[in-house]
Formats: sequence, C-alpha cells, structure tokens
Amino acid sequence: MSKRVLLGLLLACGLTASALAQEPKMGGTINAVIQPEPPGLMLAMVQNGPVQMVSGNIFEGLLRYSPKLEPVPELAESWSVSEDAKTYTFKLRKGVTWHDGKPFTAADVLFSVEMLKQTHARARNNLAQVDKVEAPDDYTVVFTLKQPFGPFLGIFEVGSMPMVPKHLYDGTDWKTNPYNNAPVGTGPFMFKEWQKGSFIRLVKNPNYYEKGKPYLDEIYWQIIPDAAARSVAYETGKVDVLPGGSVENFDVPRLSKLKDTCVTGAGWEFFSPLAWLWLNNRQGPLADKRVRQAIMYAIDRDFAKDVIWNGLGKVATGPSASTIKYYTDDVPKYPYDPAKAKALLKEAGYKGEKIRILPLAYGETWQRWGEAVKQNLMDVGMNIETIATDVAGGNQKIGDWDYDIAFTYLYQYGDPALGVGRNYVSSAIAKGQVFNNVEGYSNPEIDKLFADGAVATPDSKRKEIYEKAQKILVEDVPVAWMLELQFPTIMRCKVKNLITTGIGVNDGFKDAWLDK
Amino acid sequence: MKQFWKSMLKSPSGVIGLVILLLAISVAVFGPLLFPNSPWRMVQRPFLPPFMLSTVPLGTDALGRDVFAGMIFGARVSLLVGLVSTLVALVVGVPIGAMAGYFGGKVDDALMRFTEFFQTIPSFALAIVLVAILQPSIYSIVASIAVVSWPPVARLVRGEVLSLRTREYVQAAVVTGQSNTWIILREILPNALSPVIVLASLMVATAILLESSLSFLGLGDPNLISWGYMVGAGRTVIRQAWWITVFPGVAILISVLGLNLIGEGLNDALNPRLSREGR
Repeated sequence: MSKRVLLGLLLACGLTASALAQEPKMGGTINAVIQPEPPGLMLAMVQNGPVQMVSGNIFEGLLRYSPKLEPVPELAESWSVSEDAKTYTFKLRKGVTWHDGKPFTAADVLFSVEMLKQTHARARNNLAQVDKVEAPDDYTVVFTLKQPFGPFLGIFEVGSMPMVPKHLYDGTDWKTNPYNNAPVGTGPFMFKEWQKGSFIRLVKNPNYYEKGKPYLDEIYWQIIPDAAARSVAYETGKVDVLPGGSVENFDVPRLSKLKDTCVTGAGWEFFSPLAWLWLNNRQGPLADKRVRQAIMYAIDRDFAKDVIWNGLGKVATGPSASTIKYYTDDVPKYPYDPAKAKALLKEAGYKGEKIRILPLAYGETWQRWGEAVKQNLMDVGMNIETIATDVAGGNQKIGDWDYDIAFTYLYQYGDPALGVGRNYVSSAIAKGQVFNNVEGYSNPEIDKLFADGAVATPDSKRKEIYEKAQKILVEDVPVAWMLELQFPTIMRCKVKNLITTGIGVNDGFKDAWLDK
Repeated sequence: MKQFWKSMLKSPSGVIGLVILLLAISVAVFGPLLFPNSPWRMVQRPFLPPFMLSTVPLGTDALGRDVFAGMIFGARVSLLVGLVSTLVALVVGVPIGAMAGYFGGKVDDALMRFTEFFQTIPSFALAIVLVAILQPSIYSIVASIAVVSWPPVARLVRGEVLSLRTREYVQAAVVTGQSNTWIILREILPNALSPVIVLASLMVATAILLESSLSFLGLGDPNLISWGYMVGAGRTVIRQAWWITVFPGVAILISVLGLNLIGEGLNDALNPRLSREGR
C-alpha cells in the first residue's frame, strides 16, 4: 500500500480515528457561530434550533443518544423496564449539583416533567402515554405508562426533556423568572454573559460530575447575521466552528478546502431532517395517485443532491429517513424516469391543468431547488407556476391547504411514532397547522398500522408493522420524498471530539477538546 | 419630423443609443426564436466557464443553465417591464400634471399635494413594499414601478402647462369657446411633449434598473428569468463563478447606457433653443 493511499485512508477515517489516538488536552477557548441569534436560552420555555444548540451544553437530560440513537447514561446512570413494558425505573446519578451548588435530585425530575407538560409542546406529546411519575427516593424515578409505548426511551434527550432546577422555578411565574435570562443547569458549561447581537459566553463548570470534563475553558457563540460574513469570519479565523446550516451550501466546498479544516455530516441522526414536497391530495390532478407517482419519476433527485446540495445528503426512499428506527428500503422505487412519468400522466388523463408550486423561502439553496423541480416537472409536460412568498406567507398557505405542491423539511426524532406518523395518519389532519398531515392523505390501513406500531411489543413486532406501513405509503405517494438532508459542520481540525452523539454540537462540547 | 430625425442622427450619442436600443429590441423579439429552449432548462454541467463550449458560449450557472439563453430571455422581460411601466406612468402622470397646470387653484393644490405624498416616500422602498404586498409577479412589478415613477412626470407636465397656459394662442382658443379638454389635448399638450419624451426615455432606463434591483432582491416574477434575477442568483457564488453575474450585469449597464444616450440625443434634437442649422 502506497503512502498516499494510507494517508487517504487515515483522512477518510477522519476525526474519530485521530481523536482516539490522542489524549485530550485541557484548556482553551472555542468560538462557534450561532445562527440565528436565539430568542432566549431557557430550554424548557423555548426550543428553536439555536436555543437547543447553545443551551444543550448548559442543561442536561436524563439520557444522551449515540449516533445510532441508542440511549446512553447522562443524569440517569441506569434504567430498567418492567416485563409488561409499562414501568420504567431510572436510577439517578449521585453527586450532581446545579450550577448554583444545590444538589440535583428526583424532585427536580418530577418538577421538570410537570413544567414541560405546560411549556413544551413536543414533550407534552411525548409524555401523553405517561400515567404517573413517582420518586420512591431521592435518586430513583419511576414512570408508569398507560400502555406500552415503544419509543419511550427515546424522549429523554436534552432538547426534548431538559431538567429544570425546582428550587429556582417552583412557585414562581415561569415566564418572568429572572433565571430565564441566566439559565442554571447541571451541564458541563455555565452561562456567563450574553451581549445581544454580538456573542453568548459560556464558561467551564468546575464542579462537573464527570471528573476531568469538560476540557475547554470557555465557549463564545458568535452572532453574525449575514451568511457571507459568517463564511468570512471562519476564513479569517474569528470562529473555529460553523455548525450545520450556518453557511450557504455553495460555500461548503470552498470552506472545506481550506487548510486545517475538517467537515462532517454527523451529529444530526436524532433529528434526521427529511425534505419532501407536500402534494395536495384533496383536489385537482394531484388527487390521482398516478399523477403523484409521475411526480416522483419526473424529479431528478440525484441532480438535486449533487448540484444543489453539493453532494450532501441522501436520496430519500420513503417516509422514514434511513437513520430512523425500522427503516426499510424494501419499498417501491422511483428512479429518475421522465418517459415513465409522461406515460403515467397520460394514463391519468392529465391535460395541462395549472399546478402551483410553493418553494421554501429559506435562502438561495431552496430557491434553486424550487426552480430545478419546476423545470423537471415542466419537462414531462406539467403546467407549473411558481408562487413566490416569504416564510410566514408560505406557512399560512400550507396551513390553509391553499397549495398544490409545496417544499418542506421536518425532523423525525429517531422513531416513527415520534416523527413520522404525524404526517400520514388521518387523525393529524387539522387546518391551520403546518407540521401535521398537511397533504390530506387518509387511509384507514395506515391509521391502524401507526396506532398499533406505537404501542406494540416487542421490537420485532413494531419492525414488522412499520415496514408494512412504509411499503403502503411509498406505493401511494401521499407526499414526494426528496432528500435526507445533511447539514455539515465545518470546523478547524484542532477541535477534537466535538461531535460524538446523535445531536452533535447541541450537547457535544462536553467531550470536545482543543489540540494546541 | 424630417428635421427631427436629421438632428437626431447628427448627434453621436443619439445614434449610439439608437443602435443599442434597436439591438436590444431585436434580441428581445427574435432571440427566443433562435433559442426555443427554456432558459430554466439545465443543459450542461453546473459552473461551466464561458467560451469553453460553442453550445453554451457564456457558460452555465449554478444549476447548469445556459447563461446566454438567460440573457436573451432576460432582455425580453427587462425591456417589456421598462416600456410598459413607463407607459403606465405616463398615462397616470400626464393627465394629472395637465389638469393641475391648466385649472390651477384648488385643483392644482389637491393634485400636487397628492403627488408630493408619493414623492416624499423613497421610491425604491415603496416599490419593494408594493411588490411584497401584491406578491411578486410581472404585473405587480410593472404596477409598482409605475406607481413610483409617475410623480416626476406630473410635476414636469404641470410646469410646462403652466407656462403654455398664458400664451396668446391658448387664450385665443379660450375666447373662441373651445372646451377645456379640447384645449388641453389639441393646443397645450402637443407643445409640452418634447421634455416629456426626453424624460420618458430616461424613465425606461430607470424602470429597467428598478426591475433589476427588485429581482436582485428576490422579488422578481419567479416564473420569468430577468437580468436582475441572474445577477442576484449568481451574486452568492461570485467568487467561484464570475460569469454568472458579470454578463447580465453588463447587459443591464449597456441597455441603461443606451437609453440615457437616446435621452441625450432626443434632448438635443427636440430643444428649439439649441439651433441645429446655424451651428
């Protein structure tokens, strides 16, 4: 094996290999970009992407998740599940303190669950199957479910269920609590200061329960509103980490080629953003399954991946991203085949009725994607008109079902019961909302499969149910699945071990260190 | 008329401007016949530099679309928007100015305060707001450009009419009992037209610039390619691919320059004080 090949292999193994080979070094400051500026940092109250990214390093959940989405101990050091899969017992870690020195106990967990049910929509949903939560002693928490709920161990991630200090929030008005502006958590980093419009500074928690961690002294989250300026800030060395989505795609190849720069697509497995086109199943030509299938054949999704997303991501095969549990690619396939699309349109009797397409107003990449898809569809003889709109206007149109085709992407949260079913079951058809069954697809068989799948045991049974659901959905094409998106994180190679979990940068600074 | 063409063709800037305009119009009219393919079609690999392939002489953009085809189709949109919105602005501005100048008094006051209301709002900001509210489409763009560009026409026409109003031949017409409409249309306006024509040629140029700026900001008609859109879309990749922005940018520059030269030529030709024969 020549030296060059060996070098290539080493580079390909990338971060993990080199990190394993070295002992972490202590100290140092990291500058990372946060985009856009978060509206607040109290994770239990606001959960926008940037809030999760900063505060996930201040707060902690009971569990962490590996890139394969297996639960790993965090504030809970162990857990057990009863025979009937209805009782989950968590043993909490001892010796954990809040940033103000008070001990973290089971009372905090009980309080957090109650608070989150009121302040955190997704947590409320996730906890819907919970009958009661009890604390037999200070370091044990028992969740009793109404019925078995397969994805239950997947809901304890820091952004989904952050632990809140009871002694600072109990009995106060949560919305106006002064600690919302100076959050107190149990995490490896403590909030220090926030210069609005400029930076957020976190410092090392010296009393962190995992001895020796964190390795870094401080993190500056730099706030830079302009995309081009963010790229320049990285080039000039002002920042060391560009988290996924903080620069435009076409800048990624250029920045990746810079000296001492490492790029990874890892760290989004828990979210697994999947992009698709809403197809309005209710009216017009798109009510015909054959027209929807024709759309799948007509769109060159490899082109979108290679050209518009610069080769990042993966062509989607169906409703689940490939990183989601029970994913199967044993489903009908829709390769790029304009001839077949034309034939299907003809068969369906499509006669050039006008079809409106609504691109996503999230910047250049999405605009270009809208143009490319429009051209693909026009090439097979569809009469497409683009409707220009902003984010709010687009959401309104989609929520009012006033569209024919619309771009979107949604997070999937690791389990089909948490992030997939909501887009296809008929109980999730509700006007005015944009993340539910917007397309108006209704199929009793699918409703039953998703209802059964959420509560079925054991895992093998769930697998069977969800694989069946995927096959039916892909045959019916309720929406046109495009790409599993990848938001690459760009950083200096001297930043080690930043991305080790399924949520990446969001809780990654615990293990990160700087090779000086 | 003959005199006008003679002097127009004597002024070098007018000739250059006319040549450019004729060229642009013929590209806009006949170009799409030579390039039957849609400019949105992805024809080659993305970011192909110019002068590499004869089929895509000016290279391709970020999606592999032909920059040359985009420029030819863009000429159509730019010129159309420029001409139509100027016409609309004239249709609105000339009657308002004429009425204000002819009737004077309260009518003048009311119309001019109304005009000033539009003039006090920065025109580009107003255009952006209008397009954003009306949803970007070729119609809303033409409408908003017309809305922001008629006030200067009204002011100019009013000034001309005010000075012509007191001439003897107008007063003679009043005395002979002609109707106001007839006097405005037949006696006053024809004599007030030359500065309006000069202004109109410059307004077309401004309208092209406005349309380009709107498209640059992503407020163009999403179903039509235009020069401004091409510059805006290519701006973000200018460090990797200069040609995507530079060629349409040059097209905007040349056409606006051409229209300005025509304006200058018209000014020379139509201004009676710059005597043509004796110089």
